[in-house]
Amino acid sequence: MRTTKELTGKATKFTKKSKRSSRWFLTPSFLGVFIFFVLPFFVVIYYSMVNNPVAHEFVFLDNFAKVARNGAFQRAVRNTAVFSAISVPLAVVLSLLLAVVLNQRLPFHSQFRTAFLSPMMVPVASIVLIWQVLFHYNGAVNDLIVNLGGDKIDWLKSDKAIFVIVILFLWKNLGYNMIMFMAALGNLPTDLIEVAELESANRWQIFVHIKLRYMSSTILFVTIMSLISSFKVFREVYLLTEDHPVENIYLLQHFMNNMFGNLDYQKLSSAAIYMSLAMIVIIGVLFAIENHFGKDVEE
Amino acid sequence: MNTPSKYDPLKARKKRKKIIHGINISICVIIAAMFAIMFLTPIILTVTNSFMSASEISSNYGSVFARSEKGGRVFISEKVNLKFIPDMVSGSQYLTVLFKSPDYLFKFWNSVILVVPIVGFQLFVALLAAYGFTRYRGRIREIIFFGYIILTLMPYQVTLVPNFLVSNWLGIIDTRWAIWLPGIFSPFAVYLLTKNMRKIPSSFIEAAKIDGAGEWQIFSKICAPLCKGALCSVAILIFIDYWNMVEQPIILLSDEAMHPLSVFLSKINSGEIGLAFAVATIYMIPSLLIFLYGEDYLVEGITFQSGIKG
Repeated sequence: MRTTKELTGKATKFTKKSKRSSRWFLTPSFLGVFIFFVLPFFVVIYYSMVNNPVAHEFVFLDNFAKVARNGAFQRAVRNTAVFSAISVPLAVVLSLLLAVVLNQRLPFHSQFRTAFLSPMMVPVASIVLIWQVLFHYNGAVNDLIVNLGGDKIDWLKSDKAIFVIVILFLWKNLGYNMIMFMAALGNLPTDLIEVAELESANRWQIFVHIKLRYMSSTILFVTIMSLISSFKVFREVYLLTEDHPVENIYLLQHFMNNMFGNLDYQKLSSAAIYMSLAMIVIIGVLFAIENHFGKDVEE
Repeated sequence: MNTPSKYDPLKARKKRKKIIHGINISICVIIAAMFAIMFLTPIILTVTNSFMSASEISSNYGSVFARSEKGGRVFISEKVNLKFIPDMVSGSQYLTVLFKSPDYLFKFWNSVILVVPIVGFQLFVALLAAYGFTRYRGRIREIIFFGYIILTLMPYQVTLVPNFLVSNWLGIIDTRWAIWLPGIFSPFAVYLLTKNMRKIPSSFIEAAKIDGAGEWQIFSKICAPLCKGALCSVAILIFIDYWNMVEQPIILLSDEAMHPLSVFLSKINSGEIGLAFAVATIYMIPSLLIFLYGEDYLVEGITFQSGIKG
């Protein structure tokens, strides 16, 4: 479009006209997003700075301080952070491994892909039953452990619960990440790899110095997507344990649910703002890291 | 000329390479197979167990699902018997779910009625918006588009609060509209569709323009049809997300009669645990069918998503 604009004056007229007329196409979506997301978010900011919804007295950062001191919030933040710190790196590394393995032109290649992707399609609600059978105190996993001579572990009702959730998370998300890595592996510059082979670089060197380098933007994206999914893991926790999870899987969404239950707008708003700031900072940092490492391979 | 008996270092190296390659491939197959088994086992177990009779399930898994506070426990073994194949294949669970206890079918219908309009209308609204973002790329529109991306990346914990506030003002809380409207206007599909539509050569559009096509004609006759593949991919991604929804109903719908099956399944009481596997299997069927028909679209959609920086 830009080039035609430069070429003829007639096209400029087109572009101007299309600017006006295509605006109408944007309107429904923009209004919807504005009404349901943007506008109320400003109200959220406002609510986070007043003392209560009736008096509307301006208290600036008091609510933020209150939420930050709240024990439940602290626990929720800690647990969510721990969960993400365990599960996101695992999700990235394991899915990269799967993508590399599948990329070797294996027999049954497409069947394997289907198998890896299918957990993504299965609703969590359908699968929690079998998960309970597997990880219950009297469940199948403990049965296996006892047969191997170990001690029973109360997976869902002790501090081990987080591992069950990590496994469920990986089970569900590895396939999605793997597909993104496979696409990236397929787009690598083959000439560069051939040159490296001629220079007798070994496979590990090629993998680290060329493949990973060129995939850095995909790695960034997979990390961001895994991080977002790790915040969504509340679903799995809720369906496995309902409203009363053990302490170390009490997540941010549990805290939010309680606040929704009490209609505590002040805490809700402050917590939501904390989270959106955290999200923006994390994504910004990840982009900065990627920029630093991937600068010289950017096409 | 041909001297096979003579030692040929080049050939030997080639042969060795071939063997190493073979070993590599077999290791890869073993790793892949292990993961495949781990990934498929829970799904297969759920499906096969749905064909057990109620008594078989309670004798196998009773110790897991019996809740002591309910009292009146029948004797059940302390261990579970994880079985892939039921002793006796029986469709009795399905018969009960389908004909005798309509509660589950109502919940299934709740899921359908919540999800289908969201998928359809979100695609339509997003396709229009994608056209708006494609036809003209001024500074303001690029800023709005960036805002959409940021919004897409925000977790539920953040977006649910604004959604809740608006639903409250509009008085639609505790009605299906509270789920429908934020779903329909969710910015998720806009990003992917815009990226896709921007790949359409502008010469197509200019040519249509010169032939006298209006904006709506360009949209409906050229741009929308060319995005068919992307539409399928995005439809699948939206469907999975909402078919799976838990957070929105428990916060925005206090009336449990309107809850979708995804929330209700976890609340099945121990008396009906036999039915649960059948219900779980029925709940999987739509998404598995979509998967079987649309796996390539799904893969394409995920692949396309990863080009976020481009």
